[in-house]
Amino acid sequence: MNSIFEATRHALALIGGGDPELVRIVLLSLKVSLSAVFCAALLGLPLGAAIAVGRFPGRHALIVLLNALMGLPPVVVGLAVYLLLSRAGPLGEAGLLFTPGAMVIAQTVLILPIIAALSRQAVEDAWREYEEQLRSLGAQGLDAALTLLWDIRFSLLTAVLAGLGRASAEVGAVMIVGGNIDGVTRVMTTAIALETSKGDLPLALGLGLVLILIVILLNTGAFLIKETAERRSG
Amino acid sequence: MDLTRPLAAAVLGAAMFAAAAAHADERFIVVSSTTSTENSGLFRYLLPIFKAKSGVAVRVVAQGTGQALDMGKRGDCDVVFVHNRNAELKMVKQGWFVDRHDVMYNDFVIVGPKSDPAKIKGMKDVTAAMKKILAAKAQFASRGDRSGTHSAELRLWKAAGVDLAKQKGAWYRSTGSGMGATLNTAAGMNAYALSDRGTWLSFKNPQNLVILVQGDPRLFNQYGVMLVNPAKHPSVKKTDGLTFINWLISPEGQKAIAGYKIDGEELFFPNAKR
Repeated sequence: MNSIFEATRHALALIGGGDPELVRIVLLSLKVSLSAVFCAALLGLPLGAAIAVGRFPGRHALIVLLNALMGLPPVVVGLAVYLLLSRAGPLGEAGLLFTPGAMVIAQTVLILPIIAALSRQAVEDAWREYEEQLRSLGAQGLDAALTLLWDIRFSLLTAVLAGLGRASAEVGAVMIVGGNIDGVTRVMTTAIALETSKGDLPLALGLGLVLILIVILLNTGAFLIKETAERRSG
Repeated sequence: MDLTRPLAAAVLGAAMFAAAAAHADERFIVVSSTTSTENSGLFRYLLPIFKAKSGVAVRVVAQGTGQALDMGKRGDCDVVFVHNRNAELKMVKQGWFVDRHDVMYNDFVIVGPKSDPAKIKGMKDVTAAMKKILAAKAQFASRGDRSGTHSAELRLWKAAGVDLAKQKGAWYRSTGSGMGATLNTAAGMNAYALSDRGTWLSFKNPQNLVILVQGDPRLFNQYGVMLVNPAKHPSVKKTDGLTFINWLISPEGQKAIAGYKIDGEELFFPNAKR
């Protein structure tokens, strides 16, 4: 009980104090995870929609695979991206290892299946409902997929938020490809892991509370935007 | 579906742009080092002094010595700063690294619960103490991660005449993690553990653990620094890397290392030979 009280005290002091180092770590966490969500949504939403409306051999196998990949272990993704970006690897020339860019790539890979699989399901449900209508309007294939994506954009927000949740919570991938370098690639989750290994458990838990608070704020913002937009579009 | 390729290229491009924009102006080297130097706070103290002097920022990736050496062999860093002298010298001989120097030392200690079930408190002979831990089947938390500390622990078991492969049982817990994490585990289950003194002194969650055995010359822990061989990896920043190495072993760098203290206690003792 004592340490939880201590952790809360730490969290309040961290938030109230506006410690520049903490601010920097929080901003980097947001920058990395939001960039990854942006990239993964850019790829994952059209991919999900295409699988939902498309009919091709191996489609069911692809759906099963995509659903399974939602459980990709972050540490495995981190390792694979590390080997790709390592100087000895195929993309080593780019010099991306241990930069925020590498962390964005790893998190994009990690959450792409989540966004694609969840949007596939949402678009498929909508497709079942509107298929005849869309067909009578002459919409087919990619056209129909994009129309549906736009029509159900508010429900897709959940898919995107699930991706954001995964990205901001994971530590395994960013630890490996980012290296937890002080001032360069240290984000909230790697900072928590570091403080834990130093045995400063109250500070680690305090940082954890700050992270949870930020995720709640992000979700509140998304919820409010959705509500307002839905009301406007009637 | 044909959109996937250009989109993937766009993502990679965006990531590279983000990476370049973030630190385009900074002159830096990447140093692969051990959890003990990072967790003990030495780098936080030392690196700003070096940067002020040289203008070169040092980006430290902290991991176990085995992993840190692998990273150097892959060419993913410029300098490694680790503590497994035999392994370092072997890899210099194999051509992976150049310009290796001793930098500093500290020592290992055996920590364990105050209740001390194996009755080793105050012993000066570390291998005798380890034999008593084995005889009592008292819990022992090992790093188990090919780190410098893990290598030292295995050397000590061997010196004690213990064949771990045959004699380890439920009492011997391999945590497979860093020094701090292993100490957290040891504290949680009242186990003995081998730790470097630096990490132990800065560790904030000792619970019932105290130092029980120290001072045996075999607990000596040498740190060394070396450059990744630029002939193997042309991307290595040779000039700035050597600037860092030469500063560490210079009188000024050595004095800075000696100046790092926790509660008035010096953590690392400079011993570079120039």
